[in-house]
Amino acid sequence: MNNSNSQKLTGKSVNVDSPRKSRHTISVLVDHNLNALSRILGMFNGRGFDIDSISFGKGQQPGLARITITTRGDNSVVEQITKQLHNVIDVVKVKDLTFEPFVARELALIKVTAPASRRSEIMQIVNVFRAKIIDISPDKLTIEVTGNSDKITAALGMLRQFGLVEVARTGSVALTREFTGDT
Amino acid sequence: MNNQATQLKKQRFEGSQESSYNEYQGQEQVLSGSEILIKTLLDLDVDTIFGYPGGAVLPIYDTLYQNEELRHILIRHEQGGTHAADGYARATGKPGVVLVTSGPGGTNTVTGIATAAIDSIPLVVFTGQVPTNMIGNDAFQEADIVGITRPITKQNYLVKDVNDLEYTIREAFHIATTGKPGPVLIDLPKNMVMSKGIYTGKRKVSVPSYRPVTKGHHSQITKAADLLSNAKRPLIYAGGGVLRAEAWEELTAFAERTNIPVTTTLMGLGCFPESKPQSLGMLGMHGTYYANMAMTECDVLLAVGARFDDRVTGRLDGFSPNSRKIHIDIDPSCISKNVPVEVPIVGDVKNVLPNIDKHTQKPDIDEWWTSLNKWKKEHPLQSPKAEDHIKPQHMIEAISEVTKGEAIVVTDVGQHQMWAAQLYKYNHPRSFITSGGLGTMGYGFPAAMGAAVAKPDRPVVCITGDGGFQMTLFELATCVENKIPVKIAIMNNGYLGMVRQWQELFFGKRYSHTNLKNGNPDFVKLAESYGAVGLRASRPDEMMEVLQKAMAIDDRPVVMDFIVDEEENCYPMVPTGAALNEMVEGDQ
Repeated sequence: MNNSNSQKLTGKSVNVDSPRKSRHTISVLVDHNLNALSRILGMFNGRGFDIDSISFGKGQQPGLARITITTRGDNSVVEQITKQLHNVIDVVKVKDLTFEPFVARELALIKVTAPASRRSEIMQIVNVFRAKIIDISPDKLTIEVTGNSDKITAALGMLRQFGLVEVARTGSVALTREFTGDT
Repeated sequence: MNNQATQLKKQRFEGSQESSYNEYQGQEQVLSGSEILIKTLLDLDVDTIFGYPGGAVLPIYDTLYQNEELRHILIRHEQGGTHAADGYARATGKPGVVLVTSGPGGTNTVTGIATAAIDSIPLVVFTGQVPTNMIGNDAFQEADIVGITRPITKQNYLVKDVNDLEYTIREAFHIATTGKPGPVLIDLPKNMVMSKGIYTGKRKVSVPSYRPVTKGHHSQITKAADLLSNAKRPLIYAGGGVLRAEAWEELTAFAERTNIPVTTTLMGLGCFPESKPQSLGMLGMHGTYYANMAMTECDVLLAVGARFDDRVTGRLDGFSPNSRKIHIDIDPSCISKNVPVEVPIVGDVKNVLPNIDKHTQKPDIDEWWTSLNKWKKEHPLQSPKAEDHIKPQHMIEAISEVTKGEAIVVTDVGQHQMWAAQLYKYNHPRSFITSGGLGTMGYGFPAAMGAAVAKPDRPVVCITGDGGFQMTLFELATCVENKIPVKIAIMNNGYLGMVRQWQELFFGKRYSHTNLKNGNPDFVKLAESYGAVGLRASRPDEMMEVLQKAMAIDDRPVVMDFIVDEEENCYPMVPTGAALNEMVEGDQ
């Protein structure tokens, strides 16, 4: 997400480049209802916390949803965020994944201008990013990219030169890594 | 999606009931939603509700009409009702209950709910709602009250199935009264209270996602006890959490045994008797000199159920700079929010404090007491008196004298609130009721009414201002109708006194829109027009007679109009941006 967008989502005017502000991915297990989701969003907005991305969907247990939030802040801010999340009655579990190994993925659908003359060039880039072409028309291509947030930003950067028509990004979803290789 | 959640809740509920299911089965009844509501409230030991009828709650009012067990007090404005329920809750420790209609009925409760939320007061507010098939259609008197109150409630619900109603009410009371208490709202669509559903009588509530920690961590407790045992200049800083946890006896026992000085916040007044030698009174922006100095100089600080509010800390980098800090709180998010703490203890004060007491050796702090006593002697609270006009401080002392410190004092917000906090001597818990966090003008009188309903055996004095009283004075009608003998003492200085004080000190005496004199009513005649008693004192020698007359009246409210010095300022005062020890002490 670029700077101007993140400003819009930011309650407090804080220096985004401040060295003490780090990225955090927080996984929240919550009762699957809209009041709970609204309470979480309202808490971020009302207390001036950032949200870079948020995804909400069914989890493994019936009736519970998993929300993945990526946010930025110094340690005390992120500590407050996790504590305030706990205070939401419907929240079952809060985990700041940042402090342990985790896997995170984001999906983007990118529609680019692609006249026949430039298609092969685009397809090379698609291959490098292990992306997929999922729709084609005489002058446009729609590409599916999956990966962490940086990879998607990089893919977008490479594709920008062809002319981005539309972009849809999901925001991160994340789970802790089960096995880190240490025995 | 919501249906699924409801299903799941039911499963959990029923799952937790398996063992005792049979013993309750016989009590199952099919009742209308409004009957379920009243029956459940009675089962939850609710004796009084404050309410105002309207279209969406007509079925509930019809059920109330036929019910004699539940006392309903007809307030005159829904804001007054929420404040009254809040006063009731603060005076008893039981949750206050409010019933209002949809739309404006609900929106009028917002200020009262926010006031209760920030001070952690248990309230359960029932709002009517348009029938479920009309929700979202901009129907008559429709407002999304669940959405509006989301940030100011601990939890809120829209009932979508009458069979969920009973459990939702039980869960709401459980959530409102446990952990860190707070307001909970239940929105009741009209068709839900009209249709029939099952009343089970099952009392057990299980909310797997909500399990407040009550027992403190043992190693943290011993760490705290070690710090306190070896402290040279320890201080206990006690807040409203001590009152919420009903831990005043534990606190008093601990402080008396260890001789550690205690300062209380505005919300904590009464949790430690001010007659005890360990008491330093209130700290903070208008706290005592010695409490603020003790806070600045102490080496070990034990914060008990207090949240380091900005009105308490002053400038953060000058706040208790040399102390090692211990913080007991039921709410983890209050710990290290404003001030970093070395020993955090999440738990119920009532549970944690005796444990700390058990492990703490009495520290050797005679030198500390020498300094404290010196500050106390050299910088006492000022209470100036005049011959020809009433000084506001003198008014508070007169009230303290006449009530012998035994009254429940309820205040509004402003100068009179700070003087009432400083100069009335609080020796009993739940005897000082005030809007601390939100600072809600208009809170005092209706809250006093609620406290008087809850505690008919104790005198209730509402100390208020001419500004704040006018915000909710219509509740005089409620008090007259129900013979509620609240004593209303108006500190009438013709100004919004605290704002005027700031304008005098920080805005070059430019009294922008703070003069109320040109519009103020004759409060005596106003009281009389309601059928209340109106009395006035303009000179110091009239105060006693007025107060004694007022205290003798027990069948209706009394309005006492005290004409006081217009431009008296409240000191000591820590200006915004100053540290606690940089107090302005006034002219004396």
